[in-house]
Amino acid sequence: METTIETQDLTKRFKDLTAVDHLNIQIKQGEIFGLLGPNGAGKTTTISMLCTILRPTEGTATVNGFDILKEPDSVRKSIGIVFQQPSVDDILTGRENLVLHAMWYGVPKAIRRERIDEVLKLVGLESRQNSLVKTYSGGMRRRLELARGLLHLPKVLFLDEPTLGLDPQTREVIWKYIEDMSRSRDMTIVLTTHYMEEADRLCNRIAIIDQGKIVVMDTPGALKGTVGGDIVCLKTDPTDPERFRKIESVSKVEVQDDYIVLTVRNASEHLQEILAVSGKVESVEIRPASLDDVFISYTGKEIRRETGEGGIAQRIMRERTLR
Amino acid sequence: MSQAEAIYALWFREFKVFTREKSRIITSIFTPLLWIFVFGGGLGSAVNIAGINYQIFIYPGIVAMSVLFSSVFYGVYIIWDRKIDILKEVLVAPLSRTSIFVGKVLGGCTDSMIQAFIMLLISFAVGVYLSPSAFLLAILILFLLSLSLVSTGLIIGSLMESPEGFNMIVSFLVFPLFFFSGALYPLDKLPLWLSAITYIDPVTYGVDGLRTVTIGISQFPLYFDLGVLAAFAAVMFTIGTRTFERMK
Repeated sequence: METTIETQDLTKRFKDLTAVDHLNIQIKQGEIFGLLGPNGAGKTTTISMLCTILRPTEGTATVNGFDILKEPDSVRKSIGIVFQQPSVDDILTGRENLVLHAMWYGVPKAIRRERIDEVLKLVGLESRQNSLVKTYSGGMRRRLELARGLLHLPKVLFLDEPTLGLDPQTREVIWKYIEDMSRSRDMTIVLTTHYMEEADRLCNRIAIIDQGKIVVMDTPGALKGTVGGDIVCLKTDPTDPERFRKIESVSKVEVQDDYIVLTVRNASEHLQEILAVSGKVESVEIRPASLDDVFISYTGKEIRRETGEGGIAQRIMRERTLR
Repeated sequence: MSQAEAIYALWFREFKVFTREKSRIITSIFTPLLWIFVFGGGLGSAVNIAGINYQIFIYPGIVAMSVLFSSVFYGVYIIWDRKIDILKEVLVAPLSRTSIFVGKVLGGCTDSMIQAFIMLLISFAVGVYLSPSAFLLAILILFLLSLSLVSTGLIIGSLMESPEGFNMIVSFLVFPLFFFSGALYPLDKLPLWLSAITYIDPVTYGVDGLRTVTIGISQFPLYFDLGVLAAFAAVMFTIGTRTFERMK
Protein backbone atom coordinates (compact mmCIF):
# COMPACT_ATOMS: atom_id res chain seq x y z
CA MET A 1 0.00 0.00 0.00
CA GLU A 2 1.06 3.51 -0.70
CA THR A 3 2.46 5.72 2.02
CA THR A 4 0.41 8.91 2.48
CA ILE A 5 2.25 10.55 5.33
CA GLU A 6 5.86 10.15 6.22
CA THR A 7 7.74 12.14 8.83
CA GLN A 8 11.51 12.37 9.09
CA ASP A 9 12.86 13.33 12.49
CA LEU A 10 10.00 15.78 12.85
CA THR A 11 10.81 17.99 15.83
CA LYS A 12 9.31 21.05 17.43
CA ARG A 13 10.90 22.95 20.26
CA PHE A 14 9.36 25.88 22.10
CA LYS A 15 12.14 27.65 23.96
CA ASP A 16 13.46 24.95 26.29
CA LEU A 17 10.53 22.58 25.89
CA THR A 18 10.66 19.88 23.24
CA ALA A 19 7.03 19.25 22.31
CA VAL A 20 7.76 16.79 19.50
CA ASP A 21 11.05 14.93 19.51
CA HIS A 22 12.41 13.36 16.30
CA LEU A 23 9.17 11.72 15.28
CA ASN A 24 9.36 9.12 12.53
CA ILE A 25 6.06 7.69 11.38
CA GLN A 26 4.67 6.32 8.15
CA ILE A 27 0.96 6.25 7.56
CA LYS A 28 -0.47 4.24 4.70
CA GLN A 29 -3.30 5.21 2.42
CA GLY A 30 -6.73 4.33 3.79
CA GLU A 31 -5.52 3.84 7.33
CA ILE A 32 -7.15 5.29 10.41
CA PHE A 33 -4.09 6.20 12.40
CA GLY A 34 -4.35 7.27 16.02
CA LEU A 35 -2.00 9.47 17.99
CA LEU A 36 -2.76 8.57 21.55
CA GLY A 37 -1.33 10.27 24.58
CA PRO A 38 -2.05 12.51 27.52
CA ASN A 39 -2.56 16.25 27.18
CA GLY A 40 0.73 17.90 26.41
CA ALA A 41 2.20 14.77 24.81
CA GLY A 42 2.72 16.56 21.49
CA LYS A 43 -0.29 15.29 19.54
CA THR A 44 -1.69 18.64 18.50
CA THR A 45 1.78 19.99 17.78
CA THR A 46 2.42 17.04 15.47
CA ILE A 47 -0.86 17.56 13.63
CA SER A 48 -0.25 21.30 13.40
CA MET A 49 3.08 20.70 11.72
CA LEU A 50 1.59 18.18 9.29
CA CYS A 51 -1.14 20.71 8.44
CA THR A 52 1.54 23.41 7.89
CA ILE A 53 0.14 25.58 10.67
CA LEU A 54 3.36 25.29 12.67
CA ARG A 55 6.84 25.14 11.23
CA PRO A 56 9.02 22.32 12.54
CA THR A 57 12.22 23.26 14.34
CA GLU A 58 13.95 20.30 12.76
CA GLY A 59 13.13 17.54 10.31
CA THR A 60 10.28 17.50 7.82
CA ALA A 61 7.40 15.43 6.55
CA THR A 62 5.55 14.67 3.37
CA VAL A 63 1.77 14.60 3.15
CA ASN A 64 0.26 13.17 -0.05
CA GLY A 65 3.73 13.40 -1.54
CA PHE A 66 4.05 17.13 -0.84
CA ASP A 67 6.75 18.44 1.44
CA ILE A 68 5.26 20.42 4.33
CA LEU A 69 8.09 22.95 4.20
CA LYS A 70 8.42 23.38 0.43
CA GLU A 71 4.84 22.93 -0.76
CA PRO A 72 2.55 24.04 2.08
CA ASP A 73 -0.19 25.20 -0.31
CA SER A 74 -0.41 21.84 -2.04
CA VAL A 75 -0.51 20.15 1.36
CA ARG A 76 -3.32 22.43 2.50
CA LYS A 77 -5.39 21.80 -0.60
CA SER A 78 -5.17 18.05 -0.16
CA ILE A 79 -6.09 17.80 3.51
CA GLY A 80 -9.12 18.40 5.68
CA ILE A 81 -8.88 19.45 9.31
CA VAL A 82 -11.30 19.20 12.19
CA PHE A 83 -9.98 21.25 15.05
CA GLN A 84 -10.16 20.54 18.72
CA GLN A 85 -12.00 23.80 19.30
CA PRO A 86 -14.95 24.19 16.94
CA SER A 87 -14.15 26.78 14.32
CA VAL A 88 -17.45 27.05 12.50
CA ASP A 89 -18.91 30.52 12.24
CA ASP A 90 -21.79 31.12 14.65
CA ILE A 91 -23.40 33.96 12.84
CA LEU A 92 -23.66 32.11 9.55
CA THR A 93 -25.93 29.20 8.73
CA GLY A 94 -24.55 25.71 8.44
CA ARG A 95 -24.84 25.85 4.69
CA GLU A 96 -23.18 29.25 4.43
CA ASN A 97 -20.22 27.92 6.38
CA LEU A 98 -19.88 25.19 3.80
CA VAL A 99 -20.26 27.54 0.84
CA LEU A 100 -17.44 29.75 2.12
CA HIS A 101 -15.24 26.74 2.73
CA ALA A 102 -15.89 25.50 -0.81
CA MET A 103 -14.79 28.86 -2.19
CA TRP A 104 -11.65 28.99 -0.04
CA TYR A 105 -10.65 25.52 -1.14
CA GLY A 106 -11.44 26.11 -4.80
CA VAL A 107 -14.25 23.57 -5.15
CA PRO A 108 -15.50 24.27 -8.71
CA LYS A 109 -18.78 26.14 -8.84
CA ALA A 110 -20.40 23.50 -11.05
CA ILE A 111 -20.18 20.77 -8.41
CA ARG A 112 -20.35 22.93 -5.30
CA ARG A 113 -24.05 22.61 -4.57
CA GLU A 114 -23.98 18.87 -5.12
CA ARG A 115 -20.95 18.39 -2.86
CA ILE A 116 -22.49 20.47 -0.10
CA ASP A 117 -25.76 18.51 -0.27
CA GLU A 118 -23.76 15.30 -0.12
CA VAL A 119 -21.73 16.16 2.98
CA LEU A 120 -24.77 17.61 4.76
CA LYS A 121 -26.55 14.34 4.14
CA LEU A 122 -23.57 12.35 5.34
CA VAL A 123 -23.55 14.06 8.74
CA GLY A 124 -27.34 14.28 8.97
CA LEU A 125 -27.64 18.05 9.04
CA GLU A 126 -29.84 18.54 5.97
CA SER A 127 -32.86 19.67 7.93
CA ARG A 128 -30.89 22.25 9.92
CA GLN A 129 -28.66 23.52 7.12
CA ASN A 130 -30.33 26.93 6.94
CA SER A 131 -30.32 27.61 10.67
CA LEU A 132 -27.67 29.83 12.19
CA VAL A 133 -24.88 27.78 13.73
CA LYS A 134 -25.36 29.53 17.07
CA THR A 135 -28.57 27.53 17.43
CA TYR A 136 -26.67 24.22 17.02
CA SER A 137 -25.75 21.86 19.84
CA GLY A 138 -22.13 20.90 20.48
CA GLY A 139 -22.56 17.64 18.61
CA MET A 140 -24.13 19.34 15.61
CA ARG A 141 -21.25 21.79 15.42
CA ARG A 142 -18.79 18.94 15.45
CA ARG A 143 -20.73 17.22 12.67
CA LEU A 144 -20.75 20.42 10.66
CA GLU A 145 -16.98 20.63 11.11
CA LEU A 146 -16.67 17.06 9.88
CA ALA A 147 -18.82 17.90 6.86
CA ARG A 148 -16.67 20.92 6.17
CA GLY A 149 -13.46 18.93 6.49
CA LEU A 150 -14.76 16.54 3.83
CA LEU A 151 -16.15 19.08 1.44
CA HIS A 152 -13.13 19.48 -0.82
CA LEU A 153 -12.55 15.70 -1.01
CA PRO A 154 -9.30 15.68 0.91
CA LYS A 155 -7.07 12.64 0.64
CA VAL A 156 -6.17 12.95 4.30
CA LEU A 157 -8.42 14.05 7.11
CA PHE A 158 -6.92 15.25 10.39
CA LEU A 159 -9.17 15.02 13.42
CA ASP A 160 -7.84 16.65 16.55
CA GLU A 161 -9.73 15.24 19.53
CA PRO A 162 -12.91 14.78 17.47
CA THR A 163 -15.14 13.89 20.42
CA LEU A 164 -13.62 15.97 23.20
CA GLY A 165 -16.28 17.22 25.56
CA LEU A 166 -19.17 15.43 23.85
CA ASP A 167 -21.68 13.21 25.58
CA PRO A 168 -21.47 9.43 25.06
CA GLN A 169 -24.37 9.19 22.56
CA THR A 170 -22.96 11.98 20.41
CA ARG A 171 -19.53 10.38 20.52
CA GLU A 172 -21.04 7.17 19.27
CA VAL A 173 -22.65 9.05 16.37
CA ILE A 174 -19.41 10.83 15.46
CA TRP A 175 -17.49 7.55 15.56
CA LYS A 176 -19.98 6.04 13.19
CA TYR A 177 -19.53 8.93 10.74
CA ILE A 178 -15.77 8.58 10.93
CA GLU A 179 -15.98 4.87 10.21
CA ASP A 180 -18.38 5.43 7.32
CA MET A 181 -16.14 8.05 5.80
CA SER A 182 -13.08 5.91 6.04
CA ARG A 183 -14.84 2.94 4.50
CA SER A 184 -16.66 4.69 1.68
CA ARG A 185 -13.83 6.92 0.45
CA ASP A 186 -10.60 5.13 1.12
CA MET A 187 -9.56 8.24 2.96
CA THR A 188 -6.56 8.34 5.26
CA ILE A 189 -7.57 9.58 8.68
CA VAL A 190 -5.19 10.77 11.36
CA LEU A 191 -6.79 11.40 14.70
CA THR A 192 -5.51 12.43 18.07
CA THR A 193 -7.26 11.41 21.20
CA HIS A 194 -6.69 10.81 24.83
CA TYR A 195 -9.69 8.52 25.03
CA MET A 196 -8.42 4.96 24.96
CA GLU A 197 -11.73 3.51 23.90
CA GLU A 198 -11.87 5.90 20.98
CA ALA A 199 -8.49 4.80 19.69
CA ASP A 200 -9.39 1.18 20.31
CA ARG A 201 -12.67 1.42 18.47
CA LEU A 202 -11.56 3.42 15.42
CA CYS A 203 -7.91 2.98 14.65
CA ASN A 204 -6.11 0.45 12.49
CA ARG A 205 -2.85 1.49 14.04
CA ILE A 206 -1.95 3.52 17.07
CA ALA A 207 1.16 5.39 18.08
CA ILE A 208 1.29 6.02 21.79
CA ILE A 209 3.21 9.19 22.35
CA ASP A 210 4.42 10.73 25.54
CA GLN A 211 6.59 13.81 25.97
CA GLY A 212 7.00 14.17 22.23
CA LYS A 213 8.30 10.68 21.59
CA ILE A 214 6.69 7.54 20.26
CA VAL A 215 6.54 5.02 23.06
CA VAL A 216 5.15 2.23 20.94
CA MET A 217 3.31 1.86 17.64
CA ASP A 218 1.16 -1.07 16.52
CA THR A 219 -2.39 -2.29 15.97
CA PRO A 220 -4.70 -2.01 18.98
CA GLY A 221 -4.88 -5.80 19.25
CA ALA A 222 -1.13 -6.28 19.17
CA LEU A 223 -0.64 -3.51 21.69
CA LYS A 224 -3.08 -5.10 24.07
CA GLY A 225 -1.27 -8.42 23.51
CA THR A 226 1.99 -6.88 24.69
CA VAL A 227 0.55 -6.41 28.14
CA GLY A 228 0.77 -10.20 28.52
CA GLY A 229 -2.53 -11.18 30.02
CA ASP A 230 -5.49 -9.97 32.02
CA ILE A 231 -5.42 -7.36 34.69
CA VAL A 232 -6.17 -8.33 38.27
CA CYS A 233 -6.66 -5.48 40.63
CA LEU A 234 -6.61 -6.36 44.34
CA LYS A 235 -7.43 -4.10 47.21
CA THR A 236 -5.18 -5.57 49.84
CA ASP A 237 -2.13 -4.94 52.00
CA PRO A 238 0.25 -3.17 49.57
CA THR A 239 3.38 -3.40 51.72
CA ASP A 240 4.85 -6.62 50.31
CA PRO A 241 4.05 -6.85 46.59
CA GLU A 242 6.96 -9.25 46.06
CA ARG A 243 4.89 -12.12 47.43
CA PHE A 244 2.98 -12.28 44.12
CA ARG A 245 6.07 -12.68 41.99
CA LYS A 246 6.41 -16.31 43.03
CA ILE A 247 3.28 -17.22 41.11
CA GLU A 248 4.26 -18.44 37.67
CA SER A 249 1.33 -16.95 35.74
CA VAL A 250 1.92 -13.44 37.10
CA SER A 251 4.09 -11.45 34.70
CA LYS A 252 3.93 -8.08 36.35
CA VAL A 253 3.28 -6.62 39.79
CA GLU A 254 2.59 -2.97 40.47
CA VAL A 255 1.44 -0.95 43.43
CA GLN A 256 -1.04 1.86 42.82
CA ASP A 257 -2.17 3.58 46.02
CA ASP A 258 -4.03 0.94 48.05
CA TYR A 259 -4.17 -1.48 45.17
CA ILE A 260 -1.90 -4.14 43.86
CA VAL A 261 -2.26 -4.51 40.13
CA LEU A 262 -1.16 -7.79 38.59
CA THR A 263 -0.83 -8.83 35.01
CA VAL A 264 -1.81 -12.48 34.84
CA ARG A 265 -2.06 -15.04 32.04
CA ASN A 266 -5.54 -16.65 32.10
CA ALA A 267 -6.40 -14.84 35.29
CA SER A 268 -9.64 -16.70 35.93
CA GLU A 269 -7.82 -20.03 36.16
CA HIS A 270 -5.12 -18.75 38.47
CA LEU A 271 -7.23 -16.70 40.82
CA GLN A 272 -7.05 -19.29 43.57
CA GLU A 273 -3.24 -19.17 43.69
CA ILE A 274 -3.31 -15.39 43.80
CA LEU A 275 -5.76 -15.24 46.62
CA ALA A 276 -3.73 -17.83 48.52
CA VAL A 277 -0.74 -15.51 48.81
CA SER A 278 -2.59 -12.23 49.04
CA GLY A 279 -3.88 -12.47 52.59
CA LYS A 280 -6.92 -10.42 53.46
CA VAL A 281 -8.53 -8.94 50.32
CA GLU A 282 -11.18 -6.25 50.35
CA SER A 283 -12.02 -6.44 46.66
CA VAL A 284 -10.90 -8.14 43.45
CA GLU A 285 -11.42 -7.01 39.90
CA ILE A 286 -10.47 -8.98 36.81
CA ARG A 287 -10.64 -7.48 33.33
CA PRO A 288 -9.04 -7.97 29.93
CA ALA A 289 -6.13 -5.66 29.12
CA SER A 290 -7.13 -2.34 27.57
CA LEU A 291 -5.11 0.32 25.84
CA ASP A 292 -5.02 2.08 29.19
CA ASP A 293 -2.94 -0.79 30.51
CA VAL A 294 -0.73 -0.60 27.44
CA PHE A 295 -0.18 3.03 28.15
CA ILE A 296 0.56 2.42 31.80
CA SER A 297 2.86 -0.46 31.08
CA TYR A 298 4.91 1.60 28.63
CA THR A 299 4.99 4.93 30.37
CA GLY A 300 4.55 3.96 33.96
CA LYS A 301 1.75 6.45 34.41
CA GLU A 302 -1.94 6.73 33.80
CA ILE A 303 -3.28 8.81 31.01
CA ARG A 304 -4.60 11.96 32.58
CA ARG A 305 -8.31 12.24 32.27
CA GLU A 306 -8.84 15.94 32.25
CA THR A 307 -10.65 17.49 29.34
CA GLY A 308 -10.95 20.92 27.92
CA GLU A 309 -8.13 23.39 27.71
CA GLY A 310 -5.75 21.42 25.54
CA GLY A 311 -2.05 20.85 25.81
CA ILE A 312 1.14 22.77 25.99
CA ALA A 313 1.34 23.18 22.26
CA GLN A 314 -1.91 25.05 22.12
CA ARG A 315 -1.09 27.25 25.01
CA ILE A 316 2.20 28.11 23.44
CA MET A 317 0.69 28.62 20.01
CA ARG A 318 -1.83 30.94 21.56
CA GLU A 319 0.81 32.90 23.40
CA ARG A 320 2.90 33.22 20.27
CA THR A 321 -0.09 34.21 18.28
CA LEU A 322 -0.95 36.96 20.62
CA ARG A 323 2.43 38.49 20.79
CA MET B 1 -8.86 33.46 -10.36
CA SER B 2 -9.55 31.20 -7.42
CA GLN B 3 -8.01 33.84 -5.14
CA ALA B 4 -10.56 36.35 -6.46
CA GLU B 5 -13.33 33.99 -5.46
CA ALA B 6 -11.71 33.41 -2.08
CA ILE B 7 -11.54 37.18 -1.51
CA TYR B 8 -15.19 37.41 -2.48
CA ALA B 9 -15.98 34.69 0.07
CA LEU B 10 -14.09 36.57 2.78
CA TRP B 11 -15.91 39.76 1.92
CA PHE B 12 -19.24 37.96 1.78
CA ARG B 13 -18.74 36.63 5.29
CA GLU B 14 -18.00 40.12 6.64
CA PHE B 15 -20.99 41.54 4.81
CA LYS B 16 -23.33 38.84 6.17
CA VAL B 17 -22.15 39.50 9.70
CA PHE B 18 -22.65 43.21 9.23
CA THR B 19 -26.20 42.81 7.95
CA ARG B 20 -27.06 40.34 10.71
CA GLU B 21 -25.75 42.47 13.54
CA LYS B 22 -27.96 45.49 13.08
CA SER B 23 -26.72 47.01 16.32
CA ARG B 24 -23.37 47.67 14.64
CA ILE B 25 -24.83 50.13 12.19
CA ILE B 26 -27.27 51.74 14.58
CA THR B 27 -24.63 52.49 17.21
CA SER B 28 -22.18 53.77 14.64
CA ILE B 29 -24.70 56.21 13.16
CA PHE B 30 -25.98 57.39 16.52
CA THR B 31 -22.88 59.29 17.72
CA PRO B 32 -22.36 61.30 14.51
CA LEU B 33 -26.03 62.29 14.58
CA LEU B 34 -25.59 63.64 18.11
CA TRP B 35 -22.58 65.64 16.94
CA ILE B 36 -24.37 67.14 13.98
CA PHE B 37 -27.76 67.86 15.46
CA VAL B 38 -27.02 68.47 19.13
CA PHE B 39 -23.48 69.83 19.19
CA GLY B 40 -23.61 71.39 15.73
CA GLY B 41 -27.21 72.54 16.06
CA GLY B 42 -26.65 73.93 19.55
CA LEU B 43 -23.46 75.80 18.78
CA GLY B 44 -24.79 76.69 15.34
CA SER B 45 -27.62 78.69 16.89
CA ALA B 46 -24.97 81.19 18.03
CA VAL B 47 -21.88 80.65 15.86
CA ASN B 48 -21.04 81.13 12.18
CA ILE B 49 -17.70 80.24 10.61
CA ALA B 50 -16.58 81.85 7.36
CA GLY B 51 -20.13 83.09 6.94
CA ILE B 52 -21.55 79.59 7.27
CA ASN B 53 -23.70 78.25 10.07
CA TYR B 54 -21.57 76.09 12.40
CA GLN B 55 -23.80 73.06 11.99
CA ILE B 56 -23.23 73.11 8.25
CA PHE B 57 -19.54 73.81 8.78
CA ILE B 58 -18.92 70.68 10.86
CA TYR B 59 -21.13 68.42 8.76
CA PRO B 60 -18.31 67.19 6.47
CA GLY B 61 -16.02 66.82 9.48
CA ILE B 62 -18.54 64.63 11.26
CA VAL B 63 -19.09 62.47 8.16
CA ALA B 64 -15.32 61.93 8.07
CA MET B 65 -15.41 61.19 11.80
CA SER B 66 -18.02 58.48 11.41
CA VAL B 67 -15.82 56.79 8.81
CA LEU B 68 -12.74 57.24 11.00
CA PHE B 69 -14.33 55.56 14.01
CA SER B 70 -16.07 52.72 12.25
CA SER B 71 -13.03 51.94 10.09
CA VAL B 72 -10.43 51.78 12.83
CA PHE B 73 -12.69 49.97 15.29
CA TYR B 74 -13.44 47.36 12.65
CA GLY B 75 -10.01 45.95 13.53
CA VAL B 76 -11.40 44.62 16.81
CA TYR B 77 -13.44 41.97 15.00
CA ILE B 78 -10.32 40.11 13.94
CA ILE B 79 -9.46 39.73 17.62
CA TRP B 80 -12.90 38.26 18.27
CA ASP B 81 -12.54 35.99 15.25
CA ARG B 82 -9.36 34.69 16.79
CA LYS B 83 -10.85 34.38 20.24
CA ILE B 84 -13.80 32.32 19.12
CA ASP B 85 -11.51 30.27 16.88
CA ILE B 86 -13.07 31.03 13.52
CA LEU B 87 -9.98 32.81 12.21
CA LYS B 88 -8.12 29.48 12.24
CA GLU B 89 -10.30 28.03 9.48
CA VAL B 90 -9.27 30.92 7.24
CA LEU B 91 -5.60 30.80 8.22
CA VAL B 92 -5.22 27.09 7.36
CA ALA B 93 -7.08 27.36 4.05
CA PRO B 94 -4.92 27.42 0.93
CA LEU B 95 -5.18 31.21 0.70
CA SER B 96 -2.44 33.78 0.46
CA ARG B 97 -2.24 36.14 3.39
CA THR B 98 -2.58 39.03 1.00
CA SER B 99 -5.96 37.65 -0.10
CA ILE B 100 -7.07 37.34 3.51
CA PHE B 101 -6.03 40.92 4.17
CA VAL B 102 -7.74 42.20 1.02
CA GLY B 103 -10.96 40.34 1.89
CA LYS B 104 -10.99 41.76 5.41
CA VAL B 105 -10.20 45.29 4.20
CA LEU B 106 -13.00 45.16 1.65
CA GLY B 107 -15.37 43.91 4.33
CA GLY B 108 -14.45 46.78 6.64
CA CYS B 109 -14.67 49.36 3.84
CA THR B 110 -18.12 48.06 2.96
CA ASP B 111 -19.30 48.59 6.56
CA SER B 112 -17.85 52.10 6.64
CA MET B 113 -19.15 53.02 3.21
CA ILE B 114 -22.68 51.96 4.07
CA GLN B 115 -22.50 54.33 7.03
CA ALA B 116 -20.91 57.03 4.90
CA PHE B 117 -23.73 56.64 2.41
CA ILE B 118 -26.35 57.10 5.12
CA MET B 119 -24.47 60.11 6.49
CA LEU B 120 -24.36 61.67 3.03
CA LEU B 121 -28.07 61.06 2.56
CA ILE B 122 -28.90 63.14 5.62
CA SER B 123 -27.05 66.13 4.13
CA PHE B 124 -30.45 67.49 3.10
CA ALA B 125 -31.61 67.54 6.70
CA VAL B 126 -28.59 69.67 7.59
CA GLY B 127 -29.13 72.04 4.69
CA VAL B 128 -26.23 70.89 2.53
CA TYR B 129 -27.19 70.22 -1.08
CA LEU B 130 -24.95 67.82 -2.98
CA SER B 131 -24.81 67.63 -6.74
CA PRO B 132 -24.35 64.12 -8.15
CA SER B 133 -20.71 64.86 -8.93
CA ALA B 134 -20.10 66.23 -5.42
CA PHE B 135 -21.74 63.10 -4.03
CA LEU B 136 -19.47 60.83 -6.08
CA LEU B 137 -16.35 62.81 -5.13
CA ALA B 138 -17.36 62.61 -1.46
CA ILE B 139 -17.73 58.83 -1.81
CA LEU B 140 -14.28 58.61 -3.41
CA ILE B 141 -12.67 60.65 -0.62
CA LEU B 142 -14.40 58.61 2.08
CA PHE B 143 -13.42 55.36 0.39
CA LEU B 144 -9.73 56.32 0.34
CA LEU B 145 -10.01 57.39 3.97
CA SER B 146 -11.68 54.16 5.05
CA LEU B 147 -9.23 52.03 3.04
CA SER B 148 -6.30 53.47 4.99
CA LEU B 149 -8.07 53.45 8.36
CA VAL B 150 -9.50 49.93 8.04
CA SER B 151 -5.96 48.79 7.20
CA THR B 152 -4.70 50.60 10.29
CA GLY B 153 -7.34 48.96 12.49
CA LEU B 154 -6.59 45.52 11.09
CA ILE B 155 -2.86 45.96 11.61
CA ILE B 156 -3.44 46.81 15.26
CA GLY B 157 -6.04 44.03 15.59
CA SER B 158 -3.73 41.41 14.14
CA LEU B 159 -1.04 42.33 16.67
CA MET B 160 -3.24 42.57 19.74
CA GLU B 161 -4.25 39.93 22.19
CA SER B 162 -7.47 41.23 23.70
CA PRO B 163 -10.35 43.46 22.65
CA GLU B 164 -9.73 45.55 25.76
CA GLY B 165 -6.12 46.18 24.78
CA PHE B 166 -7.23 47.03 21.27
CA ASN B 167 -9.78 49.53 22.51
CA MET B 168 -7.22 51.21 24.71
CA ILE B 169 -4.59 51.56 21.99
CA VAL B 170 -7.14 52.66 19.45
CA SER B 171 -8.65 55.30 21.73
CA PHE B 172 -5.21 56.83 22.04
CA LEU B 173 -5.03 56.88 18.27
CA VAL B 174 -8.54 57.70 17.14
CA PHE B 175 -9.31 60.68 19.36
CA PRO B 176 -6.14 62.62 18.44
CA LEU B 177 -6.73 61.77 14.76
CA PHE B 178 -10.22 63.21 15.13
CA PHE B 179 -9.44 66.32 17.19
CA PHE B 180 -6.38 67.31 15.17
CA SER B 181 -8.13 66.80 11.85
CA GLY B 182 -9.88 70.15 11.87
CA ALA B 183 -13.23 68.43 11.75
CA LEU B 184 -14.58 70.89 14.32
CA TYR B 185 -12.71 74.11 13.41
CA PRO B 186 -11.25 75.91 10.41
CA LEU B 187 -7.57 75.41 9.67
CA ASP B 188 -6.60 78.88 8.50
CA LYS B 189 -6.18 80.79 11.78
CA LEU B 190 -4.60 78.19 14.02
CA PRO B 191 -1.61 78.75 16.30
CA LEU B 192 1.56 77.36 14.80
CA TRP B 193 1.88 74.28 17.06
CA LEU B 194 -1.67 73.17 16.38
CA SER B 195 -1.41 73.94 12.70
CA ALA B 196 1.74 71.81 12.48
CA ILE B 197 0.00 68.82 14.05
CA THR B 198 -3.09 69.13 11.86
CA TYR B 199 -0.82 68.99 8.82
CA ILE B 200 0.65 65.64 9.81
CA ASP B 201 -2.76 64.13 10.64
CA PRO B 202 -3.84 62.27 7.49
CA VAL B 203 -7.51 62.59 8.43
CA THR B 204 -7.12 66.38 7.95
CA TYR B 205 -6.92 65.83 4.21
CA GLY B 206 -10.06 63.72 4.23
CA VAL B 207 -11.95 66.40 6.15
CA ASP B 208 -10.57 69.14 3.91
CA GLY B 209 -11.43 67.26 0.74
CA LEU B 210 -14.95 66.60 1.96
CA ARG B 211 -15.39 70.20 2.96
CA THR B 212 -14.24 71.26 -0.50
CA VAL B 213 -16.76 69.12 -2.35
CA THR B 214 -19.70 69.55 0.05
CA ILE B 215 -19.62 73.17 1.25
CA GLY B 216 -16.88 74.76 -0.85
CA ILE B 217 -14.45 75.63 1.94
CA SER B 218 -10.88 74.43 1.43
CA GLN B 219 -7.40 74.78 2.83
CA PHE B 220 -5.67 72.64 0.22
CA PRO B 221 -6.41 71.99 -3.46
CA LEU B 222 -8.63 68.94 -3.94
CA TYR B 223 -6.03 67.05 -5.99
CA PHE B 224 -3.60 67.52 -3.09
CA ASP B 225 -6.10 66.10 -0.58
CA LEU B 226 -6.75 63.13 -2.85
CA GLY B 227 -3.04 62.61 -3.41
CA VAL B 228 -2.26 62.54 0.32
CA LEU B 229 -5.18 60.20 1.01
CA ALA B 230 -4.16 57.83 -1.79
CA ALA B 231 -0.56 57.79 -0.57
CA PHE B 232 -1.67 57.16 3.02
CA ALA B 233 -3.94 54.35 1.86
CA ALA B 234 -1.14 52.79 -0.20
CA VAL B 235 1.27 52.90 2.75
CA MET B 236 -1.16 51.41 5.28
CA PHE B 237 -2.32 48.78 2.81
CA THR B 238 1.27 47.69 2.17
CA ILE B 239 2.11 47.57 5.87
CA GLY B 240 -1.11 45.62 6.42
CA THR B 241 -0.28 42.90 3.89
CA ARG B 242 3.20 42.57 5.41
CA THR B 243 1.75 42.30 8.91
CA PHE B 244 -0.70 39.61 7.81
CA GLU B 245 2.13 37.63 6.18
CA ARG B 246 3.74 37.32 9.58
CA MET B 247 0.56 36.79 11.57
CA LYS B 248 0.36 33.38 13.26
